Amino acid sequence: MKCFTGWQGEPKEPSDMKRLWSFVIKEFRHVLRDRKTLLILFGMPVVQILIFGFALSNEVKDTQIIILDQAKDESSRQLTEKIASSRYFTLQESLNTYQQVESKFKEGKVKLALIIPQGFDHNLKHGNVSQLQILLDASDPNNANVLNSYLQAIVQDFNSSIQPELQLPFQIQTEVKMMYNPQMQGVHNFVPGVMALVLMLVCVMMTSVAIVREKETGTMEILLVSPFHPLMVILSKAIPFLLISILNVTSILLLSVFVLDLPVNGSLGLLYLESILFIITCLSLGIFISIQTSSQQIAMLISLMGLMLPTILFSGFMFPIENMPLPLQIISNIIPAKWFYIIVKSIMIKGLGFDMIWKETLVLLGITLFLIFISLKRFKIRLA
Amino acid sequence: MDKAIKTKELTKKFGNFTATDAITFEVEKGEIFGFLGANGAGKTTAMRMLCGLSSPTSGEAQIAGYDIYKETEKIKKHIGYMSQKFSLYEDLTVMENIRFFGGIYGLSNSTIKEKGEELADSLGIGEERHSLVASLPLGWKQKLAFSVAVFHEPQIVFLDEPTGGVDPVVRRQFWDLIYKAAARGITVFVTTHYMDEAEYCNRISIMVDGKIAALGSPAELRNSYQAKDMDEVFYRLARGAKRTE
Repeated sequence: MKCFTGWQGEPKEPSDMKRLWSFVIKEFRHVLRDRKTLLILFGMPVVQILIFGFALSNEVKDTQIIILDQAKDESSRQLTEKIASSRYFTLQESLNTYQQVESKFKEGKVKLALIIPQGFDHNLKHGNVSQLQILLDASDPNNANVLNSYLQAIVQDFNSSIQPELQLPFQIQTEVKMMYNPQMQGVHNFVPGVMALVLMLVCVMMTSVAIVREKETGTMEILLVSPFHPLMVILSKAIPFLLISILNVTSILLLSVFVLDLPVNGSLGLLYLESILFIITCLSLGIFISIQTSSQQIAMLISLMGLMLPTILFSGFMFPIENMPLPLQIISNIIPAKWFYIIVKSIMIKGLGFDMIWKETLVLLGITLFLIFISLKRFKIRLA
Repeated sequence: MDKAIKTKELTKKFGNFTATDAITFEVEKGEIFGFLGANGAGKTTAMRMLCGLSSPTSGEAQIAGYDIYKETEKIKKHIGYMSQKFSLYEDLTVMENIRFFGGIYGLSNSTIKEKGEELADSLGIGEERHSLVASLPLGWKQKLAFSVAVFHEPQIVFLDEPTGGVDPVVRRQFWDLIYKAAARGITVFVTTHYMDEAEYCNRISIMVDGKIAALGSPAELRNSYQAKDMDEVFYRLARGAKRTE
């Protein structure tokens, strides 16, 4: 048995790794014992992916449309059928007067109406020009725009199908290719965004709360009196969340591949390495917050309000950064999630290699080193 | 090295306020040293300096023969500390706490296991060793916290008002543990509010306004202040205090 009792002689130096190990085990116990938190930790990514994947979607699909057919002739019926058979629109009950259409709009039951005036067929075939009116609820302008272009496309298609012989003497043909996302699926956009969001939540909030809790309960003092180095305290707090976050990355990727049919086009290894870098960024942010605050509530508030909101706003996955005013565009650069979002999108969807994302990686690395540096400077080894 | 603690004009200032004003004292090896004083007299500040939690403004001190400025890492290996706040992890079991604290002091697994079982049995909480600490009564928690503080057999253990809020019976049991530790050669440095506890100490110092106003064995102090008990000694000294909370 080792002897630590004597006044004489130094105790044998125990290995730092072993101490660190005891600490990490203890941290895991804290995390595993708290069932509710555990459920949030592992349930959140799954729920978020499923919500974003199935509930929130800005794609046009089965939109209710009213067609007020005042012509009731051959062409108008053909057009109506064409619209009804497309997967974008579902025909609502047919109405007879303009007033009825208007009241439907007022009730908010419909956002789109097509009015086919009398003599549609006749004008088309004999007068060569026929008019249609499209009514849109533009209180949601983006949506109105999208619906408009879908409907226009169908009308255009109809137009050329009834007059196949129509050929202009000169014509510019455009060929459109949707790169990286040929089916224009919305899922592609949000998977990297959800990944950034989840990692941010888990790492920043959980780490800061875990460290501040030790300050609050008074156990931090005991740890500072012990020979365990204060920096090791912080390191061992971060390790469990690093591992949990890697698991979360895995579960998000599995869901996206097997449930959402979104494959990882680039290198999986690179994706994991970049994720680990971003996790470390978030952990150092959490550590920085915990050094600055002394109560769990404040730590949680800063993590939630001060970080979640900017992450959602400025990472570019909900709102395009290019459309923001210049000052906000500049601010967006200090949001780590923005860079991670670009990186994940590039690897997962575009299938690009490291040569195309080294700049973003460098920015992320810079932010991380900066956070670690100021945390170390602010960290007081002695409490007073 | 002959003394467990040795200080010379140890001072701590916070701005213009001198919390601990040039205190000089020595504590012998294996002694139970009571550190008394009214609230705000500077006890906790002094103790925090001795534990390395706070750096002194001026003065000198040696703990277990190591310099308080230059050899803090060595000091940390040879002291134990129990703070005013209850300081075990409530969401861990008794054995998990013991394993953790043993682990960060670098004890081997077999030592931890062997001593841990022994400890749980001797405290009479053998049955509860796998229960969460949160479920234990306060008295048991305090005794367990003390046992954990001396688990690595430090040379000196610092106790900051360890018996706050527990009943007299548990306090008596707690002092039995302190005596046992002292008998093993551990120096005990304890702050307290309870004057009956002061009587249990080998020697005590009484701090007033950041200075040590009296130092000696309980009997010596009673004699020199012509007092019937420690309560009276304390009131005579504390009455002169200018600082109030």
